[in-house]
Amino acid sequence: MIRLDNVSIRAGNFELSNISILIPKGQYAVLMGKTGCGKTSILETICGLRQTSAGSVWVQDVDVTHYAPGDRQIGYVPQDVALFPTFNVSEHLEFGLKLRRATPHQIKQRRDETAEMLGITHLLARGVTGLSGGEAQRVALGRALAVEPSVLLLDEPLSALDDDTRDEMIDLLQSIKVITGMTTLHVTHSGHEADRLADLRYQLDDSVIQSPPSSSQASQSHVSQSHVSQSLRSSKVPAKSCN
Amino acid sequence: MGGISSCFLLLVVLLIAADVAFTSVADFREVLSKPEIRASIRLTLLSCSVSAILSLLVAIPLGYLLSRFRFRGHFLIDTLVDIPIVLPPLVLGLSLLILFHLPIGRSGWELEAWLSNDVGFPVTYRWPAVVLAQFIVACAFAVRTMGVTFDQINPRAEDVARTLGCTRMQAFLHVALPQSGRGMIAALTIAWARSLGEFGPILVFAGATRMRTEVLSTSVFLEMSVGDLNSAVAVSLLMVAIAMAVLFALRALGTGRGQRGPLNGDLHR
Repeated sequence: MIRLDNVSIRAGNFELSNISILIPKGQYAVLMGKTGCGKTSILETICGLRQTSAGSVWVQDVDVTHYAPGDRQIGYVPQDVALFPTFNVSEHLEFGLKLRRATPHQIKQRRDETAEMLGITHLLARGVTGLSGGEAQRVALGRALAVEPSVLLLDEPLSALDDDTRDEMIDLLQSIKVITGMTTLHVTHSGHEADRLADLRYQLDDSVIQSPPSSSQASQSHVSQSHVSQSLRSSKVPAKSCN
Repeated sequence: MGGISSCFLLLVVLLIAADVAFTSVADFREVLSKPEIRASIRLTLLSCSVSAILSLLVAIPLGYLLSRFRFRGHFLIDTLVDIPIVLPPLVLGLSLLILFHLPIGRSGWELEAWLSNDVGFPVTYRWPAVVLAQFIVACAFAVRTMGVTFDQINPRAEDVARTLGCTRMQAFLHVALPQSGRGMIAALTIAWARSLGEFGPILVFAGATRMRTEVLSTSVFLEMSVGDLNSAVAVSLLMVAIAMAVLFALRALGTGRGQRGPLNGDLHR
């Protein structure tokens, strides 16, 4: 479960205020919106990489507003994947487990399970500099999933992929959804991704997060309140759909 | 473009060629036979290495701080780093001398007197003054180099590391630092080279006492001051040779070194 209660985020002249959203446990939510409207800021706030100026962030019924990013049990895949250039693929999958002081046996077991789920077992010994876009995305996903987080946050994970690779990755994300049942918030510009993956669809525009009526699940969702307001102190953005 | 660049390179080559043409093997032999010059070479190599390593140790955290964080006073610190670069060398030496000998308070407490009498580590006009005079300038260049290095490293990877359980320090040590290897070599190289070329602050703050605070740059000055131009040029060429050898070695280390970090698999230790 991911819940934001009246969260406000401020970064320079940019401000999002009174954001409230509830993504129930096990749901795959897709958040859409135009570039610069604050989608990444929302993900960073849930991760703890960006501080809230007001409101609270909840993950699995725990108020994590003042938790360090590493204590929130969140898996995060940024838009540019941000792999560690000095690590090989295996070390990416092991990193979070080592930080959690898992035993060598647990680390190996979990690494192998994650690699198998993502189809990257053959890449384990390789460095990350020569990986293709799809492979890099799988490694970034593996790095996030290896520690078995409570929720998964994906920031436009498929935006840099060609159509075929994107379809493969969508299939992979669907299978991960089924296997892990993990609560997921996926930011994207692509209606196709949303159609294929979303249990819940949200759209962030100038003032609200909306759940379009076309999302059948959205109408049945447990979203008690999904409201985002955004204001730009220095310049007003036209009030349009962000898709 | 190529023509302009060639002119510069030609000028450098001509400078060295003129020095080579001016001196002889006999001059080199004579210079190297002097115990003062041999002591000067030893002190030069040691002091440059110590100041370069100290510069790197300061430059890594300071460069990272200036690159990654925006805070009140950032501009001030950023400007302070440049002061040793823009100050005239003699002013820097004079400022160091004044700092160490300025009486403070009614008791007239002096930093140099305290270091000398209470700590047992006198600085002024001794070898530590040479290192400090070299360090103050070399460190500024090293900080700038490390700042640029960290600017070029994607901070998002450190963010991801923090979501995986790293503290900021761990993210720096495990993710950012291993990526900065080439930058560290560059910073070490430039700090070493700057230290070798330092003269003004050393002359004022450490003096030019033979066998005690004489480094190669002051050797050139001392040889010239007694009218021995042949020895001065030979020492100058010796500096060029040492500088090229060290810079080549450091650059080879920088280009030959792998990109892999030192820590992987060591998190439990």
